[in-house]
Amino acid sequence: MNIIVCIKQVPDAKDVRLDPKTNTLAREGVESIMNPFDRHALEEGVRLKETHGGQVTALSMGPPQAESVLREAISCGADQGVLVSDRAFAGADTWATSYTLRKAIEASGEFDLILCGKQAIDGDTAQVGPGLAGQMKLPFVTCVQKIRNLDDGIIQVERMMDDGFDVLELPVPALLTVVKDINDPRVPSLKGKMKAKKATIKILSAADIGAEEQCIGLAGSPTRVVNVFTPAPRGDRKMFTGSLEEQVDQLVDQLRSYL
Amino acid sequence: MLIIDCEKCIGCGVCEAECAFGAISVQDGCAVVDDNCTLCGSCVESCEVEALLIEEGAVQVQADINDWSGIWVFAESRHGKIAEVSYELLGVGRKLANQRGVQLSAVLLGSGVTESAPTLIAAGADKIYLGDDSTLGQYREDIYGNVLEFLIKKEKPEVILAGATAIGRSFIPMVANNLGAGLTADCTGLAIRAEDGMLLQTRPAFGGNIMATIECPHTRPQMATVRPKVMQPLMPDLERQGEVVSLSIPDRLLESQVKVLENVLEEHNQVNIQEIEVLVAGGRGVESEKGFKLVKELADELGGAVAASRAAVDSGWIPYAHQVGQTGKTVCPKLYIACGISGAIQHAVGMQSAETIVAINRDKNAPIFNIASCGIVGDLFEIMPLLTKKIRENKAL
Ligand SMILES: Cc1cc2nc3c(=O)[nH]c(=O)nc-3n(C[C@H](O)[C@H](O)[C@H](O)COP(=O)(O)OP(=O)(O)OC[C@H]3O[C@@H](n4cnc5c(N)ncnc54)[C@H](O)[C@@H]3O)c2cc1C
Ligand SMILES: Nc1ncnc2c1ncn2[C@@H]1O[C@H](COP(=O)(O)O)[C@@H](O)[C@H]1O
Repeated sequence: MNIIVCIKQVPDAKDVRLDPKTNTLAREGVESIMNPFDRHALEEGVRLKETHGGQVTALSMGPPQAESVLREAISCGADQGVLVSDRAFAGADTWATSYTLRKAIEASGEFDLILCGKQAIDGDTAQVGPGLAGQMKLPFVTCVQKIRNLDDGIIQVERMMDDGFDVLELPVPALLTVVKDINDPRVPSLKGKMKAKKATIKILSAADIGAEEQCIGLAGSPTRVVNVFTPAPRGDRKMFTGSLEEQVDQLVDQLRSYL
Repeated sequence: MLIIDCEKCIGCGVCEAECAFGAISVQDGCAVVDDNCTLCGSCVESCEVEALLIEEGAVQVQADINDWSGIWVFAESRHGKIAEVSYELLGVGRKLANQRGVQLSAVLLGSGVTESAPTLIAAGADKIYLGDDSTLGQYREDIYGNVLEFLIKKEKPEVILAGATAIGRSFIPMVANNLGAGLTADCTGLAIRAEDGMLLQTRPAFGGNIMATIECPHTRPQMATVRPKVMQPLMPDLERQGEVVSLSIPDRLLESQVKVLENVLEEHNQVNIQEIEVLVAGGRGVESEKGFKLVKELADELGGAVAASRAAVDSGWIPYAHQVGQTGKTVCPKLYIACGISGAIQHAVGMQSAETIVAINRDKNAPIFNIASCGIVGDLFEIMPLLTKKIRENKAL
């Protein structure tokens, strides 16, 4: 069972605070973390490896500093880390990201399963997983909350839906995106940390993966951001006064239109 | 590439503050860009002396861009019911189509869905592409994708809208990818630019802390998934006339690699908090499963549903389907009452676009008060029963 887990490094939302006065982002010392959903994808990959044998490769496209999430992945049980990194990738939208990940995967050899997080918390698009599956012509299922069984090249999963879940079967090789219900990720062991420290992270450039220039970065992206703005600030907030009972009365008054 | 003109740059640092990725810093009086720049363009916008410029590489413009015409809506249906968001999409789609002077069409796929076609016409569609086939009765990413892609290639619509639901967000990205089309996820605003008819797609980024407007200048179709409960449906007009085109779908498109063994409907999932106008949410301050009774009572009184913070979900007081926030659902109800929730950013990103936010918290410094429209500082175990009681009395008046 060779498993590729796609991992994105994202800014930690807990550091991204809104300045209540100006309603702009205050970002001093924003730390980068492993996308939370990808942590669950990684854990699932490692568990599958532990039962079925094989290798887990953590794959990321990002700037050189994304190397740290790959080391973290190794400390949590991945066997190796691959970073596709090139200035030419800057400005990639989900199409160009899917393309780049596909080229990197094709350059990295055989696999049975690709695991992605449901979405990345910075862009919140949830498009790269299905896009990558489209690129690679793989069967795929999104929002997997449980892998029930894997046997004889058939994988049985539960897909979370808005009204419950579906139980599905599909052949491998396949791609799954996972939600956080799927597992509780482990904390890195001491041994894992040692291994991560010593590991060499393979770094691949656009040329290494044979990516075509017009398909990567901004040039390869069908979408363009044309405007970025902060949403209109909320009106002044109202605090009620008086006894608790009086305050509740004022609140009920405020809610009148909802009654 | 982001080009910085050091002749023009005055080192004011506005771009540094504006960059959500911490990719710009001012060094020796001139801005310097780091490797983690995503070319989002917010710095370019912010620069008053126009010292920043994004240089595009060689882009390929799709040759037949002007041949694409018409606005399409993917009409989602599951278990024989049209999803509400489909009517909302037809509402906004109608406006876009009128502005462009083109037809509005809906694509309806499923088994036994033929009888739903007239409701889509009443909701604003001029034409329905109807794929009624037993194979389509069970949603599967690959066959839905195959059929939609096939149709799009054949008919060449300029715009395709789908709901940002579990279904829309799973197969639409694959279709967009296969077509090489741009897709904007989770839009909250759509407009046509008068000069060139381009679709302007606005969506929250960073959990609503910033908004971004996105366009697809070089490719067609222009695709977007749209959040439920943001767009307005039209009043159904049963007199409206429309055309129903029954599709003959080639068999090979209906061959799925995915087998559906079972659909499990979950009781607590029957209400989707993303589709509810009034949400009463409980956090760690609610203290127990029993405490959630108070939340439920208030929600019932307001005709709403119950939501929760991650702390409450992790404590096992309420199932995950109710979780709002970064790792839960994003909601934008008309009214959100947060009870015993501190308002941590990971929670706030999931609810701060609610129209009215009411906070009940005993800590007057809780961050939730920064985003609340109004609030009461005090003990929720006193306030909530009183509030529920008074609302009940008020309604009786
Ligand atoms: C990667 C990541 C993802 C996350 N995703 C999410 C997410 O999706 N959703 C989410 O909600 N959180 C998420 N979190 C967690 C988030 O950071 C907070 O820990 C969580 O939102 C806190 O929940 P809370 O407000 O209920 O609890 P607390 O922060 O403990 O706040 C409880 C509040 O209740 C008040 N209170 C207590 N008792 C009473 C009383 N009797 N009367 C009135 N007020 C009272 C307290 O003053 C306090 O403000 C995430 C965290 C991480 C690291
Ligand atoms: N740059 C990237 N490198 C590796 N994996 C990524 C990257 N971007 C997205 N992914 C994967 O795709 C998932 C969905 O991301 P997104 O479409 O950006 O919300 C993530 O959870 C990751 O598993």
